[in-house]
Amino acid sequence: MSDVSKASQSGGFKNKLKNISDTNILLVITIAIFVIMYVIAITVFKGGFLKPQTFFNMLNSDAALIIVSCGMSIVMITGGIDISVGGVVALVSMSCAVNLDYQGGNIFTSILIAIGIGLAFGIVQGFIVAYLDIQPFIVTLAGMFFARGMTTIVHSQQFNVANEAFMKMKDTHIKVFGIGSYNKNGTFVPAYVLIGTIVAIIIVILLFCMLKWTKLGRSFYAVGGNNQSALMLGINVKRTKFIAHVLCGLMAGIGGYVYFMFVASGSPSHASEMEMNAIASSIIGGTMLTGGVGNIIGTLFGVLSLGTIKNIVGSAGFTDAWWTNITVGSMLCIFLILQSVIIARKRRM
Amino acid sequence: MSKIFKNQLFIPIAALLLLVLFNLIVDPAFFALSKGVYDGDSILTGNLISIIDNGSELAILAIGMTLVTAASGGQDISVGATMTLAGSVIVKVLRGSETSPVTLHQSIIVAFLVGCLVAILCGAFNGALVAFFKIQPMVATLILFTAGRSIASWVNNNQNIIIKDEKFKYFGYYLPKIPIPTPFIIAIICIIIMALLLKFTTLGLYTQAVGINENSSRLNGINPTLMKFVSFIILGVCVAVAGLIKASRQEGTISYGGFAKYIEMDAILAVALGGNPLGGGKFNMAASIIGAYVIQFLTITLYARGVNPEALPAYKAVVVIILVVISAPTVRDKISSLTKKLRVPKKEVC
Repeated sequence: MSDVSKASQSGGFKNKLKNISDTNILLVITIAIFVIMYVIAITVFKGGFLKPQTFFNMLNSDAALIIVSCGMSIVMITGGIDISVGGVVALVSMSCAVNLDYQGGNIFTSILIAIGIGLAFGIVQGFIVAYLDIQPFIVTLAGMFFARGMTTIVHSQQFNVANEAFMKMKDTHIKVFGIGSYNKNGTFVPAYVLIGTIVAIIIVILLFCMLKWTKLGRSFYAVGGNNQSALMLGINVKRTKFIAHVLCGLMAGIGGYVYFMFVASGSPSHASEMEMNAIASSIIGGTMLTGGVGNIIGTLFGVLSLGTIKNIVGSAGFTDAWWTNITVGSMLCIFLILQSVIIARKRRM
Repeated sequence: MSKIFKNQLFIPIAALLLLVLFNLIVDPAFFALSKGVYDGDSILTGNLISIIDNGSELAILAIGMTLVTAASGGQDISVGATMTLAGSVIVKVLRGSETSPVTLHQSIIVAFLVGCLVAILCGAFNGALVAFFKIQPMVATLILFTAGRSIASWVNNNQNIIIKDEKFKYFGYYLPKIPIPTPFIIAIICIIIMALLLKFTTLGLYTQAVGINENSSRLNGINPTLMKFVSFIILGVCVAVAGLIKASRQEGTISYGGFAKYIEMDAILAVALGGNPLGGGKFNMAASIIGAYVIQFLTITLYARGVNPEALPAYKAVVVIILVVISAPTVRDKISSLTKKLRVPKKEVC
């Protein structure tokens, strides 16, 4: 279904378009729209968007969403869905906060807790989805309820973390070499990123390579494209689905810790609707819920597009809270219709 | 025996019986009905009444959700958001421009019809995306899921409104001289209308045909696009009714972020608990409706056991997972093959 039609390179534009796989065509659209949007933002609002730090701030605040969305994309490529990720992120940040402040934990134990929670959710949900053959939506829905409920059981109020070593790690600014802007006094201020951003970028690269060049990565696409033919090819479909969910859970755990590093507090209402943002980013990035089509780089640009549109709406003076969601919704709508029209046209050619 | 197990109604009814049994053992007083007074009239109160009362919105939504699931093979996750929008529009029409109106600006019927129109438009929007643009339902409805609540707060400028009108409260509380809460009566009316529709029209048959095999139903002269569209429109009407009840319960005070929160999840759970395949095809409306009341039963049981409302989802999730795992076909096959293995040696001994 996806990356197969790359055979003949000859022929006119129509033929060339036909030869681009679904994954690539959606990816190209996403990147193009992100670039166009950013250029429009620069020309209209000038000042703010020209500063490199604006872009890096977007990366810094969306690092957790990038990681979580990557995990979501993998599950969606295999044809499943995981809506528990927002709950897991909230549970992870609450547990880590409690561990650091009330149980005398250190950074190492809190990271272990984060990864442990993520893996546990991934393994249990993956087992039920893959081996007991129950719809992923229902299972991960229950997972979301469970995580949200557990968050309030762990601790019911919002509180800020005061652990010194952790705060030091949270405030570590890593300077980006050679990029920056001049402040009012004319001195050069280098742009910076947070540790979470570095983690997010490493994960994006790792997962991109895995999906592109490893046997496991290719089998994700095969399972999502067509269950039956994947089985005929000798792929262990159940195990592949299981691994996809475990990976997604792991990403939710790591993403939860990165989120925790950004907010440095625990609260039952943290990361509300993060699962929907992650699904939206994946879709804008060209991953299809039917499975078999998707790309991690696209997901990265999906998150960035969402961040840009939120920034633009804020800068344009629509400060009422509801405008953000309305624009995100309409953007999602445009992308979905665009995707469906393009794929329908490509099929007809 | 195996016939009983295979009947679709088995799962929700078994779950219901389990809950009843649990309550009987732990605290038989759970089922006590007592007489209360509301507005000078004597009414019935008790846990059972609050189950049928508070489960009404869920049951009404489950009706529409079952049809959408069967026809499109996906779920509408925007019902909570569109319910908020419908409620918000109804309140807006009733209040005009005042925040606590003394007299209503429009009759409730007009307000409901406007709310209904908006909800149907939302349904048509979802339905058009799903039926004409062939977008997966869950993704298509994600749009209104993200934007719906924001539009709702935009409609009323994010104001807190109180409508203290006797007639408006009828829909969420009690009608004069009737001891049963009105939401339950409305739910029963909806169920009867749906039952008549399924009985005397081809709606049910066509919906199932489209869900089972879209291509073969087209070859048989059914318009799959239309059927999917219609199912979303019906869900829109259900959403408007549920929105009216909920808005009346809150006396017009709508908290735009928390109004009917997670009800879309509960509605989908009701469909799943009813044993309907979430991938579309065959459906059993009665099973879904019972499923909806089972979920409410579970909620009230947990409240009665003193569970913190914030922590409620965790317990709900455990129960749901257990129910779903038990009812999964693979697990049931394994259990039945196990029991067969156990039976065979016994026969040889005999």
